[in-house]
Formats: sequence, structure tokens, C-alpha cells
Amino acid sequence: MIKVENLVKRYGANYALNDVSFEIGEGEVVGLLGPNGAGKSTTMNILTGFLAATSGTATIGGVDIREDPIAAKRMIGYLPEQPPLYPDMTVEEYLNFVYELKGCTLERGPHLAEIMSVVKLTDVRGRLIRNLSKGYKQRVGIAQALIGDPKVVIFDEPTVGLDPKQILEVRNLIRALSKNHTVILSTHILAEVQSVCQRVLIINRGRLIADKHTDELARSLEDSVIYRAKIAGPEREVTNALRAMHGMKSVTATAEKEADATVYLLEGARGFDIRKPLFRLLAGANYPLLELAPTGTDLESIFIRLVERSDAADAPSVRK
Amino acid sequence: MLAIYKREMRSYFTSTIGYVFLVLYLGVGGVLFCFSTLYSMSADPTSFYLYMMLFSGLILPILTMKSFSEERKIRTEALLLTAPIPIYGMVLGKFFAAMTMFAGAIAVNSLYFIFLTPYALVKLAILLGNLLAVLLVGMVFISIGLFVSALTENQLAAAIGTIAIILAFLGIGLVNSFLPSGYWARYVFDCISIFSRFQTYTSGYFDLASLLYYLSVSAVFLYFTVRVYDRRRYHG
Repeated sequence: MIKVENLVKRYGANYALNDVSFEIGEGEVVGLLGPNGAGKSTTMNILTGFLAATSGTATIGGVDIREDPIAAKRMIGYLPEQPPLYPDMTVEEYLNFVYELKGCTLERGPHLAEIMSVVKLTDVRGRLIRNLSKGYKQRVGIAQALIGDPKVVIFDEPTVGLDPKQILEVRNLIRALSKNHTVILSTHILAEVQSVCQRVLIINRGRLIADKHTDELARSLEDSVIYRAKIAGPEREVTNALRAMHGMKSVTATAEKEADATVYLLEGARGFDIRKPLFRLLAGANYPLLELAPTGTDLESIFIRLVERSDAADAPSVRK
Repeated sequence: MLAIYKREMRSYFTSTIGYVFLVLYLGVGGVLFCFSTLYSMSADPTSFYLYMMLFSGLILPILTMKSFSEERKIRTEALLLTAPIPIYGMVLGKFFAAMTMFAGAIAVNSLYFIFLTPYALVKLAILLGNLLAVLLVGMVFISIGLFVSALTENQLAAAIGTIAIILAFLGIGLVNSFLPSGYWARYVFDCISIFSRFQTYTSGYFDLASLLYYLSVSAVFLYFTVRVYDRRRYHG
């Protein structure tokens, strides 16, 4: 559905995007993830024809956005970072305007009514956009993108500035959309990607540093897993027993304590799963294991590690 | 284009700009009519339309100042530029909306001369020539205004910049009176001057070259406006 090849966007000597390529199939929900200023918005702006790439191509449904922008734009619904709303119009007037602007051919009344009910705007249809709350404004922005039933919807940070309840609503909406649309959304909130997207593209400093399925990402890091274990028993004895265990790389007792139990950070040798031997060891020595949880495998730490790694790869030229 | 035209017309009247423009244009038009025609006991519309043309140079920039700058400021241009319409469609939609406001206002002002016909001889050719001349000059002013508005987010800067360019266009004719006759620059300035061409129409004479001049100056500025948007796509 979407194909991006060797996309470069340069401002003078600065690269906003540097040789980014990816492909997105029909019906996929893809999260574009990256720190602020990484190039997420730039990528989206190029896909929607708002900006032109310095070099490289972007095609939507087989149409090159540069060669036939009008045909390509007809397939896209776009919600920019800041929803493009006219404060002096009512919700209904605005959606009618967008309907005409896009030259939509679907039957107007039912189509607009359907969109308003999907994004829950029917109650405020007669109100001036100026007077709407931030959450409602965002929904009007989403409604605008859905007019004309485009095959691809692109949302730039759709949940920024919303309260937790509204965030959930928007995420549910995106999930519902994904049934018959190709969705790209950018965010720097990792939970969002985890809950909505099947696939994640991570961008840092204008480069694509990861392109993985959401659940694949955790496994992809070859770094060994660090476990956080809460074990009851005298700290020194437990530590010594753990250190003696086969396959254990390091043991750190933390200051976190609960009655006679202490929290330890345990790192196994690379490629070695320490969980079962750990259980047998502790059971045998009668040190009850109260909690055991992996750390650093949530998307948050993977993301930070990936970004740091890519920064470090860029660093030598900076550090000399 | 039609969608943009309709929205633009609407926004003139949901903001104060449309009303301010009409009140000033019609109000000042009435006063100028009193002085140039009634008090001077002359049914010749030439001086009235000359004043109206000069006044348009000050007031049309107010009409066009927020056309593009406002869209940029409130970030709605992303909607227009990612919609499946060509950039020139967006520019023409705004152009025709401003032209409608202007033509409507000047048409109402022209009614004065219709009311005058029972009492004095109003030469129709001269009246129409003057009306056409003001419309054409106004068209150029509007095109300049749209172009400058596309350059900035600041409405005030857009208005002042437009007035500056308009004054330059009007002023070129004045420079000629300081140049010796026969000097080559005189000829060039005469060609560019909005003013000297204006006078061919106000004598009731239809001049095709002048018509083409106004149309092309206007087209050039509208084209520049499209280019501003094209360029921004490449350079942010």
C-alpha cells in the first residue's frame, strides 16, 4: 500500500531524513516511533505531499506522490500534529467544508453522520470549534481525516494532550479503523504502540533503526535479560548461594527490602535462561521466592537501548 | 476551488474583516462622491473613480492580509495542501473571493451615478470605462496582497508589505515627471506604471494593451503565490 524508498530530506547541511526505506502492506497498523525531532513528522509530511523529499520516492497504492500528487492525496486521510481546524466554523460546517474540499463523492448526509457517530461528535455538531475542549478538537481532526473513506489514514501524535480517558477512546477508535484501513501513527508513547500497532518503525536522527513486529522487538535484543527477584532469607547467605549458581553472571542486592526479604537484580549468562535453576536452588535452600520479573524487556527500555545504540554509532564523528 | 471560495466568503463575514472593509469602502466612497461630484457640480465620474482607486490601494490590503497568513498561523494550510486539489486551485479560490467582495463594493458605489442620471448627463462609456479601470487595478492590488500574505504569518506585516508594493507601483508614474522627456527610463516606467494605464480607460477609451497589462501583472503575482507554496514544500 505504501512504499518508501531511500527517502532523504535535507535542510541545508542538516538531514531531517537520511535514506529511509520501508514498505507497509494493506490493512497494517504501523507505529512510527522516535524521540522528538527524530523525523517522524517529516516522514508523514512527505507521505501526505505536504513536504517534498530532497531525493527518494514515496508511493501510495502504486501512485508516486510526486508524479501524481492529486491521485495519491485522494487515498490519504491525514491528521497533522496540530489539527487543522478553523475556529470560526461549527463542527458540521467544518466537516462539510472538508467534504467539498476533498471532492468527496460518497453521499453527503449519511457519510458525515456516520463519521460523526464513529468519533462521537454528534452531540457537538452545532458548536463552534473555538469553544470545544482539546479532546473534542482532536476528534474533529480525526473526523476530518476520515472523510472520503481514504484507504490510508495517517495520524501524527493523535493522543498528545488528551486526558487518560480520551487517550483510551482514541486508541479504541484507531483499533476499530484498522479493520478496513491502513493506519500509520506516530507517537513517542510506547504503550500506545504496544496496544495499537502490529508493527513498529523506530526512527532516530532521521534514520530508520528498527522495523519489527511489536512482539518481535523484545526478542530481537541479544542482550541478556536482567531479572528482579524478591527473595526471603538472610541477605549474605542468599547472595552467596545465588553467586554460586551455574549460569549466573551477576547478583546485586538492592536496598529495597520487605520484612526479611530483599530485592536482587540477577543477570544470567548470555543465552542462558536462569529461571528454572533459580527456582530449584531457592526451593532446595528454603529461601522462598516472593517475586520474579524480567526488567528491561518492556518496550520502553528496548526503545531507549536502541536509540542509545544508534546515537553511539553516530557519536565517533562527533567525539573525534 | 469552489469549496475554498465559499469558505473564504464565509470567513469575511464571520470575522470583522468583511464588515470593516464594506463599511470603510462604502462610507469613504459616499464622502468622496459628495466632494468629487456633488459639491463640484460635475457629473464626470473620472475624479471619483481616481480617488476610489487610490483608496483601494490602502484598503484592499486589509481584505487580503489574512488570506494565507492566517492559514499558516493556525496551521490549517496543512489541510489545504494535503487535500486532493492543486495549489493554484487554492490560490484562485481566495483570489475570486476577494474579487467578489471588491467588485460588490465598487458596484454599490457606482449606483450613485445611476441615481444622478435624472439630474445630469452621465456619459455611460466614461462611467463603464472608469468602473472597469478600477476593477482591473483592484485585481492587481488583490493579487499583490495575496502574494505578500503567502510570505508571512503576520497579518500586519502582510498588509504593510502590500501597501508598500502598491505605492511603489503607483509611484513609478510620479518619477516620470522628474525625468527629462525622451529619456529611455521614462518609456520603461510608463509601461510598468499602473497609473498611466488607468488614465486611458477613464477617458472612456478601451485599450486592449492595458487590459493585457493588468491581467498579466495579476497573473504574475498569483503565479508567485503558487511558487511560494511550491518552494516551501522543498525548503520547509
